[in-house]
Amino acid sequence: MANSQGKIFGINGPVVTVKGCDSFEMQEMVYVGNEELIGEVIGVTQDTAIVQVYEETTGLRKGEPVKGTGGPLSITLAPGIISNIFDGIERPLKDIRNISGSFIERGLKVNNLDEEKLWDIKIKAIKGDYVTGGEVIAVTQETSLLEHRIMIPPNVSGIISWIAPDGKYKISDVIAKIISGEDTIDVTIKQRWPIKKARPYAKREPISKPLVTGQRVIDTMFPLAKGGAAAIPGGFGTGKTMTQHQLAKWCDADIIVYIGCGERGNEMTQVLDEFSELIDPKSQRPLLDRTVLIANTSNMPVAAREASIYTGVTLAEYYRDMGYDVALMADSTSRWAEALREISGRLEEMPAEEGFPAYLASRLSAFYERAGYVTNLNATEGSVSIIGAVSPQGGDFSEPVTQNTKRFIRCFWALDKSLAYSRHYPAIQWLTSYSEYLGELEDWYADNVSGDFIEKRNAIMAILQEESSLMEIVKLIGADVLPDSQKATLEVARTIRAGFLQQNAFHADDTYVPLEKQNKMMDIILLFDRRIKQCVEKGVVLSRVKESGVADDIIRIKYSIGNENIDAPFKALAEKINQTFDGIMYGRAK
Amino acid sequence: MAIEYMGLNNIQGPLAVIEGVDDTFYEEMVTVTLDSGEKRIGRVIEISGDKAVIQVFEGTSDLSLTNTKTKFMGEPMRLPLSREMLGRTLDGAGRPIDGLGDYFADEIRDVNGQPINPVSRDYPNNFIQTGISSIDCLATLIRGQKLPIFSGDGMPHDELAMQIARQAKVVDGDDKSGEKFAIVFAAMGVKHDVANYFRKSFEESGVLGKVVMFLNLSNDPVVERIITPRCALTAAEYLAFKHNMHVLVILTDMTSYAEALREVSSSKGEIPSRKGFPGYLYSDLASLYERAGIVKDAEGSVTQVPILTMPNDDITHPIPDLTGYITEGQIVLGRDLSLKGVYPPVSILPSLSRLMKDGIGEGFTREDHSDLANQLFAAYSKVEDAKSLASVIGEDELSEMDKKYIAFGREFDSQFLTQGHNENRSINETLDLGWKLLAMLPKGELDRVSDEILEKYYKSAEENAE
Repeated sequence: MANSQGKIFGINGPVVTVKGCDSFEMQEMVYVGNEELIGEVIGVTQDTAIVQVYEETTGLRKGEPVKGTGGPLSITLAPGIISNIFDGIERPLKDIRNISGSFIERGLKVNNLDEEKLWDIKIKAIKGDYVTGGEVIAVTQETSLLEHRIMIPPNVSGIISWIAPDGKYKISDVIAKIISGEDTIDVTIKQRWPIKKARPYAKREPISKPLVTGQRVIDTMFPLAKGGAAAIPGGFGTGKTMTQHQLAKWCDADIIVYIGCGERGNEMTQVLDEFSELIDPKSQRPLLDRTVLIANTSNMPVAAREASIYTGVTLAEYYRDMGYDVALMADSTSRWAEALREISGRLEEMPAEEGFPAYLASRLSAFYERAGYVTNLNATEGSVSIIGAVSPQGGDFSEPVTQNTKRFIRCFWALDKSLAYSRHYPAIQWLTSYSEYLGELEDWYADNVSGDFIEKRNAIMAILQEESSLMEIVKLIGADVLPDSQKATLEVARTIRAGFLQQNAFHADDTYVPLEKQNKMMDIILLFDRRIKQCVEKGVVLSRVKESGVADDIIRIKYSIGNENIDAPFKALAEKINQTFDGIMYGRAK
Repeated sequence: MAIEYMGLNNIQGPLAVIEGVDDTFYEEMVTVTLDSGEKRIGRVIEISGDKAVIQVFEGTSDLSLTNTKTKFMGEPMRLPLSREMLGRTLDGAGRPIDGLGDYFADEIRDVNGQPINPVSRDYPNNFIQTGISSIDCLATLIRGQKLPIFSGDGMPHDELAMQIARQAKVVDGDDKSGEKFAIVFAAMGVKHDVANYFRKSFEESGVLGKVVMFLNLSNDPVVERIITPRCALTAAEYLAFKHNMHVLVILTDMTSYAEALREVSSSKGEIPSRKGFPGYLYSDLASLYERAGIVKDAEGSVTQVPILTMPNDDITHPIPDLTGYITEGQIVLGRDLSLKGVYPPVSILPSLSRLMKDGIGEGFTREDHSDLANQLFAAYSKVEDAKSLASVIGEDELSEMDKKYIAFGREFDSQFLTQGHNENRSINETLDLGWKLLAMLPKGELDRVSDEILEKYYKSAEENAE
């Protein structure tokens, strides 16, 4: 079919109306105007199509042509994605810089991926094999950390009639020919996929493994599962971005997709700089070797901001299909929702809550449902975990984006302003946060860390709960009037807050804490809890416990005990605590 | 080419509509000439078929459907740029109003600018010493940062901005003579007195020759206000990235700017979101704030200090709220401190500088800076807790520790926060002062400081006395 063409009729911000063509399809990608700006058809009526443009529309004239491409907005999937930084529609920002300098000009034509680079390809399939979608036919080392598995596109199957030998190829080279029915299909290294359509898989699997992040408040208190979805809501300055960065650095996924959606330019630069320098502790390679960045900063065109989320999740699914665990960070989904609102407003659609369109909830659910732990078409297992930051207006969690997000995620890390003000980071409020994955992960923790891990976690949570109800009283009458048993609870809770929940992202050891150490820290805290309660029963004055400095020792564990060879120092500390308490309770017992 | 369209088809608030226009483009500039000979400028903000909606910068008063001739200029809003702009005063749309005539333009640029490619940004980490303890120590300003001042009516934000502009210097910078330093000042809807205050202060401190002023005063046309910060930032980018200067941009008052945006939006009949502000307020503000930064291909920098007055001192109002989500931190002024006579009344707990972590510490300021700042924050938040408890049970009933915190808080307000309008403290003075105050608290309370730093810098009150 010849590509359709129309003419610009009206322009309002990123929304352009087109007349003179009735063959545009919904979600078709189009080129707008003489500069060929990229756009997408978002509405079709008799003789009129509505197009959202992914670039600035200043200078567009009425009557300029709008050309259809015959297909939906798609991105290129091939080696060369990892370590790269793209804009919202997969245009590599480094190449854009080479063309237009420090600033991003409009209507630039760049390839999504490097088409010239030769990849060292090892062929895995042989002629005569019957292959189906998703099957791996070749591999190449994409980065030092990652083997890229080249797959048959999902909708193709048949018998291999010809296959290339091992060697160096460009991504557009044909490496296999497949006979499917009457047709012969050329399979290239690269494939294209429409961003708004989820890539298929064989079967969804139940959640069973945690995404280990090395952050105590997350791993121990509110764990996220591989294949799960989490939200981090918080007002400005509560540390959403810091938390996302920490997760991107330390979580045990194979690949990180980091989407800067409508956020600050300097933050993306920081991620780029920092991840090139930071070394992955397991592989001793730069973290950037497992990371792909998508940057659509707040001053870049708003329609591309809407696309950036889909581009990111499509890239994540592509690597999942190869059998990898992928973690996707979206910072921030509120900016994406606002992009929807802005475009909806320009279309003069009937607004629902706070001006957001009525389809906000369905779009959010469609996005978060692309997370999952699956068996792929090629029978490998892979996962996409989604961590979305939410920036509620005025820090008020009752606004539509937070509320609707809450319905589709199962792990909620609520950031709290007053914690952030007192520089308690990560400022995840333990009373309002939750993780529904706790039950499903209990077995994993029991098998891999400690049989009573979840039990201990619950004991700590109970102490914090009790503290919060005591604080209500303290706020009214002061802590001095409380009985000793309750003062003891406050003291234990203080050590939990400062020693366990609070974590220093800038400290070499404390920035990432293995589960083993988290477990032992809980042991020590619960030991302290038991001993201090014994003191209270014996009627020992609590101030003596305070003077002994035991609590300070526990709070300093994060600095005083490293991450390796931890058994001996923890044992020594436990002994010291026991001796100190024995001393307090029974006099000079040695 | 230069067709003039007689008359208008519709006038609504600051917007005029012309029909039968065939050859215009989005955001094209227009001039509207009245019968009296008066010329006004405007911009196409919507095209629908042969209908063009024009935003008239000087307002639509005196316009009728028949008394105008409209000409489309064939170009978007552009600003002539030159080094000669330094020392000049321009109106809100970039036309000289100081009676010195036009300057020779070296280059003409679209005021909307273009987004900086994140790849070509250089991550800012040059500490700017403002000489103000609360800012230097706790919400450090970094070259290339956008750090707004959240204030309220009647608080001394202008004095504070002025003091920053006067004292700002980069420690150990290459630019000792201040040769490469420039200030771009944009006033949006501010009072005459305020504009005068800034002009006088620039003059007194002898920097007027390094300042470009864009003035849209409170009785100037509302719509022009939308273009003012764009002109200012275009000038700043030009000076920074073409002439390698370090430009400090002061934008005041962002609240008036956002209100102007709301006014235009509602005359266009757009669907409002929160408090009547348009849904694109975030994107619009971002298109201004994100123009701060440093790029790899030039040596200059654009540092922004926008000032906004929070309506009713409400930090959750859309303007401060959205601003806080875009800018790299904020300096919040507190009404209670201001009433107590503390100058500058920086309310430290909600204040924050996001870029601070990479611009302080060894090699930048001093090794103890980060720990000290965290400890001061933590201690001050305990002061607040103690104060609220004291307001219920009375100060006498507080525990010994809480009393110590109350005393610490008092000294902190009067020694650390309070300083003179011309008092310029070095970073070392500021940090030492912080440690002197922390000495009022027992060592065991300082849980945010690493052992080595504590050993090296903490001296108890008795030791200090010796």
